[in-house]
Amino acid sequence: MSTHVNEVTQRQSDGAVAQARGRTAESALPAPADVYEDQEGLTLVADMPGVSRERLDVRVDGDKLLLEGSVQFELPEQAEALYADVRSTLYRRSFVLSRELDSAQIQATLKDGVLTVRIPKRAELRPRKIQVKGS
Amino acid sequence: MFGRLTSLQNSLVEDFWRLHQELDEMLGDGLSSSGAIRSSPRGSFPAINVIQTPAEMQVFVFAPGVDPKKLDVSIQQGLLTISGERQIPVQEQASYYRQERFGGEFRRAISLADEVDPERVDATYRDGILRVRLQRREASRPRQIEIR
Repeated sequence: MSTHVNEVTQRQSDGAVAQARGRTAESALPAPADVYEDQEGLTLVADMPGVSRERLDVRVDGDKLLLEGSVQFELPEQAEALYADVRSTLYRRSFVLSRELDSAQIQATLKDGVLTVRIPKRAELRPRKIQVKGS
Repeated sequence: MFGRLTSLQNSLVEDFWRLHQELDEMLGDGLSSSGAIRSSPRGSFPAINVIQTPAEMQVFVFAPGVDPKKLDVSIQQGLLTISGERQIPVQEQASYYRQERFGGEFRRAISLADEVDPERVDATYRDGILRVRLQRREASRPRQIEIR
């Protein structure tokens, strides 16, 4: 019930995390990330525990890759905080992409609070193996 | 109605903040270095939040990408222990630019209030958060005394 209602409020304010961002001057949570490269492209893996697909926003703006997500706590009424390592409900990270990457082909998957973003290199710019012909 | 729900979340985040600021002032680095022998330094994996209501205590463990089968939640002598392992597969053929994510075994412990009933605990894992709910014993819940 509360989940549903919150989703409605978020959609109204256009953008999955606009609501969370506008609420308070919350500082974003760190989303620890791994980045690695192979011949076909780059892979970015980021921890965003508590973020569901509906509350995740992955987009490319110019040469910037933006990752944003908000945490949904299902808290009972009369809840009182006893201890908190996590003091915000918003994750935000951005990375600058380079030209050889094909931003139109980016794919993102989210599983158990782990976001994986695959950024392929432009096909024409992938390293090619040149065949050496015998004489 | 929307306002009430978001303001509940909002005020909780603010409560977390306020509580931490107070603790930071008192202790220097918040509860994580409160001196408890089993406490973990700030930034340890996994992060933990604890809340309470008159009826229960809830522990949120931020453990993304962990196989729930490899999570162990146990209570012994008033101590809730959460341990497990997170395996980060290494791509042998790839070159790494950044490796910030925690991999390996972890353990965190939380002292419970005496009134928590160790027989009535449930744990669920969703979107990378393990939530442990502990019920308080009926007798220890705050009761409203009627004034005649």
